[in-house]
Amino acid sequence: MPYIPRQLKYTQEHEWVSLEEDGTATIGISDFAQSELGDIVFVELPEEGDALVQMESFGTIEAVKTVSDLFAPVSGEVVAVNKQLVDTPTLINESPYDDGWLVKVRLRDPRELERLLTAEQYNERIGQSD
Amino acid sequence: MVEFAGWSMPVQYDGLIKEHERVRTSAGLFDVSHMGELFFAGPGALATLDRLATNDIAGLADGQVLYTPLCNPGGGVRDDVLVYRFDATHFMMVVNAANTSKIRAWAREHLQPGTTLEDRTEAIALLALQGPRSAEILRRSRLLGAVAAGAATLPYYRFLAGEGDVVAVSRTGYSGERGFEIYVAAARAAALWEELLVQGRDLGLGPAGLGARDTLRFEVAYCLYGNELGEDISPLEAGLGWTVKMKKPDFIGKSALAQQKADGVPRQLLGLEVEERVIARSGFEVRSAGAAVGRVTSGTFAPTLGRSLALALVQSTAVASPLAVVVRGREVPARRVPLPFHKPSANA
Repeated sequence: MPYIPRQLKYTQEHEWVSLEEDGTATIGISDFAQSELGDIVFVELPEEGDALVQMESFGTIEAVKTVSDLFAPVSGEVVAVNKQLVDTPTLINESPYDDGWLVKVRLRDPRELERLLTAEQYNERIGQSD
Repeated sequence: MVEFAGWSMPVQYDGLIKEHERVRTSAGLFDVSHMGELFFAGPGALATLDRLATNDIAGLADGQVLYTPLCNPGGGVRDDVLVYRFDATHFMMVVNAANTSKIRAWAREHLQPGTTLEDRTEAIALLALQGPRSAEILRRSRLLGAVAAGAATLPYYRFLAGEGDVVAVSRTGYSGERGFEIYVAAARAAALWEELLVQGRDLGLGPAGLGARDTLRFEVAYCLYGNELGEDISPLEAGLGWTVKMKKPDFIGKSALAQQKADGVPRQLLGLEVEERVIARSGFEVRSAGAAVGRVTSGTFAPTLGRSLALALVQSTAVASPLAVVVRGREVPARRVPLPFHKPSANA
């Protein structure tokens, strides 16, 4: 069973977002997503200062067998990019909710979070795609 | 699991890269029972096969295996197969799963007098034991009986016929590593699978799926039907000129291939290294000076080499020019590199 932390919010496309105390949000992909992709070898991410738009593509993940677009759970300005992923993209496989985070953004509109799935809803979503 | 040509196939067991590395460094066990086994028998069997195959069937000795394309009259590849000679009147042809019914029907139309053709695909399972420790592991099998010890010392592309439920064990494979392919009655396959995994565990043996099978063959640049080979691709274009024997009196596709040899091949299979951190996947366009000159046939991250590589079928006029691959609408430079990407040690 994939691990789905309760405190996070999710997209239909398997990204998660975590609201931090300083008002920024951390974005990554779910345990289910990394497991479906298999061994991840390259990650294309935006740069600091770039703008993310909710539900639009902000990068790609290349696994050995397939490539997948990354969709932004929320809009905002990128304030940090996980540079460790350049040399060690498998961090996403090993630790999708911690060391394998992708980007941090300064939220443009916190109300966007309301459009995302709760852990429970996301669990139902991946149950349907089996 | 994934559906492939009507079979339910394991893509991976413990992770593709882990399985890939285990085959390169110790051993992996593949269930490739989806491959088709067609048996040709009778006094006309040899002549039948020699006409279907571009390679030299008549030159085979008993107990020898041959890799050969089968071509259409235009010189395109109908399938690429292994042919096993049991004796002068008994042969087994191992075909790709997606092509089994096509080749069976086509071969039936070309049977010489005194030839029978039997499709035993459903009755025969195929396990591939591949990797540098494979011979050691094979020797430990009790289910295979005396065949196991004998097969462990076979030279490359030789096989031993078994008795009863063991059809044959050959020193062949699709990984580029030393290895064996074991044809057994389907009813015995699960027990043999379990036995080999237990017997080989201390030597690093583990299961390997279709994903690793593909990355392993890709690194050593073995062609995959449907990617590097197809009805519209000739064996000469795919770099399989060594399997086309123009000295044979006749075979299907000979005149078209002779013409292609005289004129020069229109396209060539190239090895490319992608010079950015992206993967050029099957079907992506190859460009030279902004113009389309070919397409990627297979591309992935090569686990053993740690590089983003691709096989591409490119117009011969463009092979010496700087090339680029179109990845998500953007041209990415791709440098030509020699094939194979990784030197096989299957014959060592």
